[in-house]
Amino acid sequence: MRALRSWFIAPSAVLMAVTLAVPLAIVCVYSVLTRGAYGGVEWPWTLENYSRLLDPLYGAIFGQSFGIAAVATGLCLVLGFPLALFIARSGSRKNLYLSLVILPFWTSFLIRTYAWMFLLRDTGLINTLLQALGLIRAPLPMLYNNGAVILGLVYGYLPFAVLPLYATIERLDASLLEAAADLGARPMATLARVTIPLSAPGIRAAAILVFVPCLGTYLTSDLLGGSKTILIGNLVQNQFTASRDWPFGAAISILLIAVAMALLLAVRRQGSELV
Amino acid sequence: MNTGMSIRAKDGFAFYAAAAYAFLYLPLLILAVFSVNASRFTVWQGFSARWYRAMLADHDLLESTANSLIIATASTLLATAIGTLAAYALWKRSSVWLSGSLYLSLVTPEIVTGVSLLAFYQWAFRYLHLQLGMHTVVLAHLSFSVAYVVLVVLARLRTFDPTLEEAALDLGATELGAFRRVTLPYLAPAIAAAAMLAFTVSIDDYVITSLVAGVDSRTLPMVIYAMARRGVNPVLNAVSTVVVVALGALVLISERLRAS
Repeated sequence: MRALRSWFIAPSAVLMAVTLAVPLAIVCVYSVLTRGAYGGVEWPWTLENYSRLLDPLYGAIFGQSFGIAAVATGLCLVLGFPLALFIARSGSRKNLYLSLVILPFWTSFLIRTYAWMFLLRDTGLINTLLQALGLIRAPLPMLYNNGAVILGLVYGYLPFAVLPLYATIERLDASLLEAAADLGARPMATLARVTIPLSAPGIRAAAILVFVPCLGTYLTSDLLGGSKTILIGNLVQNQFTASRDWPFGAAISILLIAVAMALLLAVRRQGSELV
Repeated sequence: MNTGMSIRAKDGFAFYAAAAYAFLYLPLLILAVFSVNASRFTVWQGFSARWYRAMLADHDLLESTANSLIIATASTLLATAIGTLAAYALWKRSSVWLSGSLYLSLVTPEIVTGVSLLAFYQWAFRYLHLQLGMHTVVLAHLSFSVAYVVLVVLARLRTFDPTLEEAALDLGATELGAFRRVTLPYLAPAIAAAAMLAFTVSIDDYVITSLVAGVDSRTLPMVIYAMARRGVNPVLNAVSTVVVVALGALVLISERLRAS
């Protein structure tokens, strides 16, 4: 039995070592090296790349990234919770409704982002309609700002929030909710004082599952954000391409992955099996 | 679930859910509508297939689609094989290291995966006479799609009765024989579903691909991305519609297979 299992596990173990462990180790090493004259890395080793992270210029980028990710996460939770509740309560159609949420999640993130460019730009559908209706004269500047980035993130990651929320709500003990109703709680009170507190593990899981990719977003901010919307993901990409400062890009990558891991482990420690 | 909700509250929820589904689907539907619009502007001027004809005449689009299909096919075949074997091994006995790294591969921000693979390739190329190209993209796609395959196949294995395999062994089958003739057929729908998901995530990836692709391996998302950055383009509406319909069909079939 042993022999077969080790043959079966070998390809994936090698793959993960080559494409995950070694690359991350290289990034770790690069993050303490010096930028080379032609874009590569050179000795001596230094902690300067990490101390540069404290520069207020980058602090502003980190702050903006955290802020945008936090707002997008909050919106995903607020919009996703009633939807998850609706799906959990729709009896035999549960699976259909859930599939309808999952389907866009698998369907090209890039194209779903482009769809919002089509809707939001100055000559886009929304501005054209509003102008045709005579509600506005000049087009509203809806594209290329932080609001558009948040909208794109909410659109992209709403399914991420709904899945764990649904998984928790679906498993709630119905008798507790009935008890609340029997004892005279109105639906809204039951929701606020029973359903939502009991769904806390799902809410935490949803929050992290949305926040982590939003924090590292690159595509959404690049396409929907304006020139002022430079987020952590764009900063990393820039260091590895145009700026050719790999050690600094590596240090930011390590910071990003450390924050992501810390958040995921914190939620796991809370005993959530959803993350 | 009986929650003692009033009819009015239920209607309210249904209304909200309808709005939420509209939010998820309308933008894509609108793209599809305007992909068959005769005008290049956001004004309806009647039905026309001109953007689809333009799409089929666009050399960049065709070449990158061919690249994407080759890359996705290669990475799907490999990821499905490697992932199925890994799922079986993990089902036999768990491994903190392997499941930990598969989990890490799922949650690492894409941009970090991309730059770390780029750094790895550049480092490895100092010792190997290789360049960025199709093979580096395939390997990168493998790295993030195997975890999906493992998840899907492992979920199916958890419903498999191990005594069936034991019975085969008792009746004289070898371990490998029991796996091939008993377990594998049981897993077949899940493996097919996993392959479709692996294909979807491969053909859709932009962030990682753009960092590790060579000059001869531009993929469809890279061309779409470049077109989108230049601004809205009706040909892009046609391309988007085709991609969304194709991927949507694939995901629906995959869901069906997993539910069976």
